[in-house]
Amino acid sequence: MSRVRVLAGTKKGAFILTADAERKNWTIDGPFFGGWEIYHVAGSTVNPDRLYASQSSDWFGQIIQRSDDGGKTWQQPGTPPGTPTTTPEGMPIAESNKFVYDTSEETGSPLTTHQWYDGTAHPWEFKRVWHLEPSLTEPDTVYAGVEDAALFISKDGGSNWQELSGLRGNGTGPLWQPGAGGMCLHTILLDKNDPQRLYVAISAAGAFRSDDGGNTWRSITKGLHSPYIPDPTAEIGHCVHRLAMHPTKPDVLFMQKHWDVMRSDNAGDLWHEVSGDLPSDFGFPIAVHAHEPETVYVIPIKSDSEHYPPEGKLRVYRSRQGGDNWEALTNGLPQKDCYVNILRDAMAVDTLDDCGIYFGTTGGQIYCSPDGGDHWHAIVNNLPAVLSVEVQTLP
Amino acid sequence: MIRVQIPFHLQTLAQTTAEVALDVPAPVTPLSVIRTLESQFPTLRGAIIEHGSNKRRPLIRFFACQQDVSHDSMTTPLPHAIVEGAEPFIILGAIAGG
Repeated sequence: MSRVRVLAGTKKGAFILTADAERKNWTIDGPFFGGWEIYHVAGSTVNPDRLYASQSSDWFGQIIQRSDDGGKTWQQPGTPPGTPTTTPEGMPIAESNKFVYDTSEETGSPLTTHQWYDGTAHPWEFKRVWHLEPSLTEPDTVYAGVEDAALFISKDGGSNWQELSGLRGNGTGPLWQPGAGGMCLHTILLDKNDPQRLYVAISAAGAFRSDDGGNTWRSITKGLHSPYIPDPTAEIGHCVHRLAMHPTKPDVLFMQKHWDVMRSDNAGDLWHEVSGDLPSDFGFPIAVHAHEPETVYVIPIKSDSEHYPPEGKLRVYRSRQGGDNWEALTNGLPQKDCYVNILRDAMAVDTLDDCGIYFGTTGGQIYCSPDGGDHWHAIVNNLPAVLSVEVQTLP
Repeated sequence: MIRVQIPFHLQTLAQTTAEVALDVPAPVTPLSVIRTLESQFPTLRGAIIEHGSNKRRPLIRFFACQQDVSHDSMTTPLPHAIVEGAEPFIILGAIAGG
C-alpha cells in the first residue's frame, strides 16, 4: 500500500511525518538537528530514501545534511566521522558546507555587487541555502538556491558544490536587490521533459530560465508589473515569491508574486495576471494539483505589511481553470482569529490518486487535505515555525 | 590536554559533549586549537572559521581565562593556564541584544 512522507523544515529543527495512503493516522519523528534552522528538506525522486537537508544558523553558518535511509540517520556528506579531511597532499577531500562564489577567470563571473535595500552597491555574501532541488534523473546530483542569490550544483551527493555562475553573471546581477527576507534564490524548477531547461526565481530580482543545463540564463519577467519599483515593468526588480509547474505541461508556469498571481503559457516568455477574484493576491506559496494541470492552489495573505490571512480566516484558494476563478477551501481550517503566515516553500502536493495537499504555518501547524483541498486536518499543531514542507509519495 | 568548551549547536553538530580534550601541538593558539578541533570533528569545519576568508565567524567569540580573546590575532599564544588544561578555551555564540 502506498504511503506518504512529509518533510518539514522549521525554525528549530526538521521533522518527518509519515502516514499510509489514507493520510489519517500520522507518525511524527524529530526534531532532527534540534535548535538549528532547517530551511528545506528534499527527497530524490530517483532514490526516495536519499534526502537532503539545509541546516543553518546565523552563528554557525551553513551545513548540508544527507540521509540515505529515508531520514533515519544523517551525515554531512563528505565528512563522515573518523575519516581524514584532507588528502595526503593536504587538499580538502570534501566540504559539504562550502559554498564559494565562482570568481575564477576560466568559468566564473566577477564578484561584482548587487543592490542593497537603499539602492547602494553591496558585495555578494553567502548566508545560507534556501532551497535544495534534487535532480530528476541522478540521485547524486542536487541543486541549491542560496542567499545572496546564486545557484549551486553538487554532482557527488552534496559533498562538493560549484556555482552555476552564468546566472549571477548574466549581466543583470548588479541590479538584483534583496526582498524583506534577504536576497534569496528560493525556487528551482526542473523540466522533466527537457533536462536542459531550468527555472529559478529570486527575491527581489525576478525569474530566470536556462535552456542549456544552467550555463546561460535570461530573465523571464515580461508582463510582470510591480508598482513598488521605479519602473513597474522593468526587467529586473520584481519580487517573485514562488513558481510552480505541472510536469505534463512544462511550458505553463504559475507565479505567486509579492502582489499578483501570474501565469505564463510559453515558459515564462510572457506573463499575464490570473488573480481574478482572490480576496488578496499577496501570498507566498503556489502549487499545482498532481493530476490536474489547470488546478492551482494559493493561500492569500492580507498584505505585504500584514503577513496573516485576511479577516483572520485561514483559506486555501483553488482554481480549476488555471487561475482567474478561485474558490475558498475552508473545511477543517480555522475561520477566526488565525494570524499565521505560510511561507513560500511550505506547500506541497503528493501524487496519490486522490491528490493530497499540505502546508505548514509559522504557528507550527502542518495541515493536510487528502482530497485535493475539500477537507483539511492538522497533522500536528505545535511545531516550531514551519519554513518548508515537502512530501514524498512512496510505494 | 587542552580543554575546549563548545556551544550547544556545535555539540549537536559534532555529536559530542560540552567539553572536549584535545592534544594540540605547540604553540597553542586559537587557530591551532580550532584546527585540531576540526580535525577531530570534521563536521565543524566552516562552522567556527569561515570557508574562504578563514576568519572567525562574526557571531562567534573566544574566551580564555576570563578574557575575551575574540579580537586578538588567531595566532597569538594562549595563556599558560589554557595550555596546562587548568582553564578551558571557550567557544561560544555571541548574545546579540536582550
